[in-house]
Amino acid sequence: MRSRLFSRRQSILAIFQTTLAASVGGFWLGSAKAQVDKLTITGLSEARLRTFEEMVRPYVQSQELKKERVTLSLPMLADNGHMVPLSLKIDSPMTEASHITHVYLISQRNPVPLMAKFVMGPWSGRADLSTRVRLSGNQNVIALARLSDGNFIYDLQEVVVTEAACVDNG
Amino acid sequence: MSSARLQIPPRILQGDVFKVRLLVNHPMDSGFLRDIDGVIIQRNVIRHLVCTLNGREVFRVEPTTGVAANPLFEFYLRATESGDMLFRWVDDKAYIGELRHTLVVEAANASKPASN
Amino acid sequence: MGLWTIAGLALTSHAQQRLIPLEKLQSGLHYSGAEVQSLQTDEFANPGNIALDSGTKSWAKTDGKSNKSCQSCHGELVKMKGVSIRYPAIDKATGKLFNLEDRIRNCRVKNQKAAEWTFESDELVAMTLAVTSSSRGLPLQAQIDGAAKSHFENGQRLFMTRQGQMNLACTNCHDQHYGQKLYTDPLSQGQANGYPLYRIDWQRVASLERRLRFCYTGVKAETPPWGHSDIRDLSLYLMWRGQGLLVEAPAVRK
Repeated sequence: MRSRLFSRRQSILAIFQTTLAASVGGFWLGSAKAQVDKLTITGLSEARLRTFEEMVRPYVQSQELKKERVTLSLPMLADNGHMVPLSLKIDSPMTEASHITHVYLISQRNPVPLMAKFVMGPWSGRADLSTRVRLSGNQNVIALARLSDGNFIYDLQEVVVTEAACVDNG
Repeated sequence: MSSARLQIPPRILQGDVFKVRLLVNHPMDSGFLRDIDGVIIQRNVIRHLVCTLNGREVFRVEPTTGVAANPLFEFYLRATESGDMLFRWVDDKAYIGELRHTLVVEAANASKPASN
Repeated sequence: MGLWTIAGLALTSHAQQRLIPLEKLQSGLHYSGAEVQSLQTDEFANPGNIALDSGTKSWAKTDGKSNKSCQSCHGELVKMKGVSIRYPAIDKATGKLFNLEDRIRNCRVKNQKAAEWTFESDELVAMTLAVTSSSRGLPLQAQIDGAAKSHFENGQRLFMTRQGQMNLACTNCHDQHYGQKLYTDPLSQGQANGYPLYRIDWQRVASLERRLRFCYTGVKAETPPWGHSDIRDLSLYLMWRGQGLLVEAPAVRK
């Protein structure tokens, strides 16, 4: 990542963005990494949208990554970011020879990218899961599954969040 | 004192793949929110939740602040044996929550009304 | 006299004007999105169930110098059917209007000889929910004559009076604009048939008093202190206003 000095335009833009963020409460615009820490009322800093690569890189290095066999279900429009039902189905025989070992739920915008990690195996019978997550605003969510052969499969879904989590509401 | 609710099918036959639903009482405080006086509520989330059957791990989840308060976890298990099912979770304060259930798996040729 | 003056007089006098007719009443559930509705109808995973389980357990637990549980005097929790819909009600001993929380707190100290439960504490909220759950599916009703009459009228007056920096009355949003959007949220009628309920924003079960105090904050008015009679008067008015709506327990809202 190259660092940049602020141009006057960027300073004005930064002020505008901070004001907008403060008044709309929890809605951050994507920006370069060299952006000044935007401390909101919750003290969160650096809340920009992650790239797909940044989201999966901690788990997938040189292995295969395919968008198949995983079906992630989240509401397209979530009422409230504090509790968003999430379920996923994975097409896997879950035998000794071929099964899912791990599932990672990854957020594009939350302060903490990994929302949960699940561990399973042939004893699970099925790799389907459900839980409820927090989403801090409109973003993509990835369900990444590791296969017993070491490769990965995934699904991605975009979610619009009416009222973001992580922001105080009294 | 963290408690939980468990839901599994009333009748489980050998070889069935059955759904387990667990609703855990836990605030899952993210550490990002403030209380009514403006003071940050300290982070306290479940670090891991493990289900063992007769001492063998059959499910594990490691949630972060990204999981909602009073978390719900739904997963599946293949019924191979009856025994002690133990759910155990530990949070940032090192509190341990536990729920025990005696799993009864009936023989496959037992008469059953209708499959789930 | 102008038409509005007459209407205003009618509202502030003994007449009980229903600005939303009975057949048009809708629970807040109607204005909630699909996820909230599915969270509420999930018998197992309703997020309010944790508090409900806790309150149910608490009901049978002995406490205080009396060494009695609620069950010792009141019997099983199911026997409390019809009790929560009688509140708010006048307490004969003090003459004050009690909501269900006041009654529970009072009973603990007076009869169980146990330590007082703070307003909105986990224990109080859980117990209120447990008692309310016994009335699940019963219609709201309100006793507004006799000693309760002046309380009802005060509650109605509060509902109709503009206040706060935003200079809004409850009626402005909840009678005149329900169904329309406030920012991104559809406005409900502001009915009370779900309380105490799991509020997703607060990530816990909350009482009607907490919600009403938050409404005061919403219009930037001075929030009455916990236990204030205005909140109880307003609650009584809301029970009358929502007459016939069925008790939902545990309800879930945003």
